[in-house]
Amino acid sequence: MRHAVLILSVCAAITTAARAEEGARPIGDAERGETVFARKCASCHQVGPDARHRIGPHLNGIFGRKAASFPEFNYSRSIERARDDGLVWDLRRLDAYLENPKALVSGTRMNFAGLKNQRDRDDVLAYLRIFSDNPQNIPEAAPTARKMEVDLPEEVLSIEGDAAFGEYLSSECTTCHQVDGDNDGIPSITGWPEEDFVVAMHAYKQKLRPHPVMQMMAGRLSDEEIAALAAYFKGLE
Amino acid sequence: MTINRRIFLGTAAAATMAAPMVMGASHGRPRVVVIGGGAGGATAARYVAKDSKGEIDVTLVEPTRSYYTCFFSNLYIGGFRELSSIAHSYGTLASEYGINVVHDWAVGIDRDAKTVSLAGGDTLPYDRLILSPGIDFVEGAVPGWDISQQGRMPHAYKAGSQTELLKAQIEAMPEGGVFAMVAPPNPYRCPPGPYERVSMVAHKLREENPTAKILIVDPKQNFSKQALFEEGWAKHYGGMIERIGPDFGGENVSVDPMAMTVTIDGAVENVDACNVIPAQKAGRICELAGITEGNWAPVVPQTMQSRMDENIHVLGDATNQGDMPKSGFSANSQAKVAAMAVRGALTDSRVFPAKFSNTCWSLIDTEDGVKVGATYEATDEKIAKVDGFISDTGEDEDLRRQTFEESLGWYAGITSDMFG
Ligand SMILES: Cc1cc2nc3c(=O)[nH]c(=O)nc-3n(C[C@H](O)[C@H](O)[C@H](O)COP(=O)(O)OP(=O)(O)OC[C@H]3O[C@@H](n4cnc5c(N)ncnc54)[C@H](O)[C@@H]3O)c2cc1C
Repeated sequence: MRHAVLILSVCAAITTAARAEEGARPIGDAERGETVFARKCASCHQVGPDARHRIGPHLNGIFGRKAASFPEFNYSRSIERARDDGLVWDLRRLDAYLENPKALVSGTRMNFAGLKNQRDRDDVLAYLRIFSDNPQNIPEAAPTARKMEVDLPEEVLSIEGDAAFGEYLSSECTTCHQVDGDNDGIPSITGWPEEDFVVAMHAYKQKLRPHPVMQMMAGRLSDEEIAALAAYFKGLE
Repeated sequence: MTINRRIFLGTAAAATMAAPMVMGASHGRPRVVVIGGGAGGATAARYVAKDSKGEIDVTLVEPTRSYYTCFFSNLYIGGFRELSSIAHSYGTLASEYGINVVHDWAVGIDRDAKTVSLAGGDTLPYDRLILSPGIDFVEGAVPGWDISQQGRMPHAYKAGSQTELLKAQIEAMPEGGVFAMVAPPNPYRCPPGPYERVSMVAHKLREENPTAKILIVDPKQNFSKQALFEEGWAKHYGGMIERIGPDFGGENVSVDPMAMTVTIDGAVENVDACNVIPAQKAGRICELAGITEGNWAPVVPQTMQSRMDENIHVLGDATNQGDMPKSGFSANSQAKVAAMAVRGALTDSRVFPAKFSNTCWSLIDTEDGVKVGATYEATDEKIAKVDGFISDTGEDEDLRRQTFEESLGWYAGITSDMFG
């Protein structure tokens, strides 16, 4: 749990008045973003006039697009599920995905550790935004007005999970998720690393991940309960 | 006192009780007897046995060798499932969890002696008793119908041969014939169940007998997922389904199974197949145990203990608990709370705060699935709803397909949670 420093960004609602005062400012520095993109993303993704799918899909028009929406691209089952549940690439989700892809989509094929630095993410997103005609949920204001960062405080992350409590709580999961790991229709949750589990539950809780049942189930779990479940599932491995 | 409380289901059972034999007493270990091997009972037996790791002796009493789930029985009617795919046996509960599975009826409960008597004549002693017998029908609820008429007008509200019969009767309808459903008043097992069934019957008739009609006679003003069903019916089965609610006589209905007629507010309708789902009450064994109030068994939310006997826990459809719908999901959820409470009482295992949840999926047409769900908590007064959601009207096909696929996953999940 030590290194599970999870920062989930939440767009703060900004009023028209505030926007007028501050004027339109970009999300980040697109020029710097281009360099970060070249270094971190370009080995798999293309963006721009001649962009084509490579290891990952091209990223033109990514803002406001439904996840996994190129029929010709071979996506993971996991991201297709998220798509069908309604995952749309708005700024907040892109930011969360770039920070830790697995927080948003557990079984994503995007084999990428994540951009942990907020500035890197802002700049890459500012760069990608250039290639989206119809961006949604992108407040054109100062980055400080744009975001409110909700860290999961260190105390929450370092909670020692009570595995026995987790075992009881897990009985609520197994009504739908099969313990033997079968995953027809509903994803498997066995053999899930503790850290990924905690991150995923908080992403549901904050409604970053789509899916009404999971938002409801996780929404009711306290920090202790999430830690307890994580400790129990870890013990199963 | 004891003799007053010892109540028998019938004289035949009483006669065999003359020489009771006490069985299953593994000395020293606390004994749990579970009555009913359905969504609540099978789950409770499995969790007590599994989590107590042999410290508790568990006996499960269930008359049938194959349990047919009511969940997905409508999909069988619609042609989406085989009947064999909704049948489950108790083999794994016996072999892997060491549960003593007794295929018999419980016919009496002596609460003072803490014993259960079985139709076969045996007597089972218990330290804690878990009752999850499901539902029975209220006598006289639909004038003209009683349980002896279930061959002509099936209820198909306990799955298995009844479901098979109803399907066969739909298949035998003449071209352009009428299928009628007499829907039940609240509260009843599976609030969306009758309406999912109508959807599945409509699906079948659209394929096989497209000029047929469906008539629902309903005593309720509103019903579960109404907007979703009505939208789906209009979209997929335009004009086939007519529902007569209470304003038009839906609560004043009688049937004549010999004449195959349904009389609604005095108007006689000839029908070709008729599904009568009468008003319901707790499985009769609850009444015999003297733990009902009105039609249902009231329970303490935190532990699912009967409000009338702390040594008895009641689960599922038979209970009056508060806000949870009578569903397999609910019964399964309540079973885990009860199993924890029972272990806590009989061994020194830890007890945690009760948590409950429910989600009910329904299929409207091929790959058009919808769902409704909620979470619940135990208050002193009742199991109270905390939070919930329901599918929206107008959702796109991908989401509806995904919801349907999810229901397949849920079915696999809950049945392995029940039967191991
Ligand atoms: C058409 C239909 C569709 C449904 N669909 C869904 C769905 O999609 N999702 C969902 O969650 N729920 C659904 N349900 C509801 C669900 O089936 C019930 O809520 C659930 O089965 C209740 O569990 P239970 O343990 O209370 O009773 P049951 O599952 O009915 O189990 C009771 C058991 O007790 C046994 N029994 C009764 N009396 C005695 C006795 N005296 N001695 C010994 N054994 C006894 C019976 O044989 C039976 O096996 C549906 C129901 C119907 C009718």
